[in-house]
Amino acid sequence: MQTNNRPVKEIAQEIFAENQAERILGWKRGEFFYDNSPAVFSAADELQEFVYDAFCGSNLSKFLVKEAAKEGRIAVLLKPCDRYSFNQLVKEHRIDKENVLPIEIDCDGMVDIDKVRALGIKGIKSISADGDQLTIETVYGQKNCSKEDVLLLKCQTCKDRTGGDRFALVREIEEMSSVERYEFWRSELSKCIRCNACRNVCPACTCEKCVFDNDKSGIANKANSDSFEESLYHMIRAFHVAGRCTDCGECSRVCPQGIPLHLINRKVIKDLNEFYGEYQAGADDSSVGPLTSYELDDVEPDIVMNRGGGR
Amino acid sequence: MSIEKKEFKPLIVAFCCNWCSYAGADLAGTSRLAYPAEIKIIRVPCSCRVNPMFVLRAFQRGADGVIIAGCHPGDCHYTSGNYFARRRMTMLFSMLDFFGIERERTRVDWVSAAEGVKFSTVMNDFSKKIHELGENRRLGDLRCKQTIDR
Repeated sequence: MQTNNRPVKEIAQEIFAENQAERILGWKRGEFFYDNSPAVFSAADELQEFVYDAFCGSNLSKFLVKEAAKEGRIAVLLKPCDRYSFNQLVKEHRIDKENVLPIEIDCDGMVDIDKVRALGIKGIKSISADGDQLTIETVYGQKNCSKEDVLLLKCQTCKDRTGGDRFALVREIEEMSSVERYEFWRSELSKCIRCNACRNVCPACTCEKCVFDNDKSGIANKANSDSFEESLYHMIRAFHVAGRCTDCGECSRVCPQGIPLHLINRKVIKDLNEFYGEYQAGADDSSVGPLTSYELDDVEPDIVMNRGGGR
Repeated sequence: MSIEKKEFKPLIVAFCCNWCSYAGADLAGTSRLAYPAEIKIIRVPCSCRVNPMFVLRAFQRGADGVIIAGCHPGDCHYTSGNYFARRRMTMLFSMLDFFGIERERTRVDWVSAAEGVKFSTVMNDFSKKIHELGENRRLGDLRCKQTIDR
């Protein structure tokens, strides 16, 4: 993919050629073509492994917490949606801004390999994107599909394109009766294997000491031992990032069990927008978040009791 | 052997702020106003001391309802504590509702030190709601069940 009509790899090479930074945080090919992983490049010849294609979904902002603290300026490649997380981390003083060179790159949506497979396409050897169409090389010959159908969940409601209504599913759940909602979340959350991947990938979860690592907390078990623990883990996590979550959708992307975790965060965002005015975390790096400020005439907590939605 | 059906006795946790609601509870007591004995009061320095985790923890350990009582907005001993608590608890309750926990199980009310009558009305009313709802089955922890002696 390109930015300003230039391949992103060329931009990366230029950074080293002009000595703009000592290191670059980007993506390199993983074991398969569809699992590109974040990587730090510290010399021009290492860039041979650099990739930027339709499988670079991962958000690099969080890696900066560790990488920007090291010596030497680091350049980071930020897709438009990653920019929000970056701003939020700068705001929270988790990233030393002086040590980072943010490079904004274009993105026209990332592809979810599982969705391609779900179309019944087998033996995939490589996938190349050409505008809205994907050309898929398989051992059974060439196949085509529309990119729109196989986009990552977070790209379907992209903040920077004319995405769909990101709160549609949240609204649907709100309309359920409370028993249905309970059953829905039980069926989803009981799949949780407590791999903690959602926490580890979340750019808002950057505490050095996490409550879930405290074995006295009662919720630090490697495996959930009770249905309560499954729910509590996700409730606490959603609450810890409330007002700071940029809705980057990484939690749902990495969940090996396919739990729609982003819905919990979106519910919080929807409420914050409704009650305290529109707020997009990470839209800038200085504004005060909704849960760290207040107005004298805020709504009373009774509003939860009295508003519509299923009971 | 027959299985005895026990009458439902709820356990309600009330977080009361030291400066207003706890004094309000005292006033209710000295004024000989009755409020249900199933309400267990926990004194906190300010309503904003109540971490959302406390509320969830109370449910885990077998509470059937949690109520947070603090100073009226504007009267906080620490100037702004209850304003923060108000936003925080609104979000928490809304999230619990989203998870399918009955929304009547949680409540925030403002009770000043002079409002003994209000304290007893609020507590009676809340306890009545919990009696109607019955036992909290959706958010209890099975591991904690045996240890609860009601």
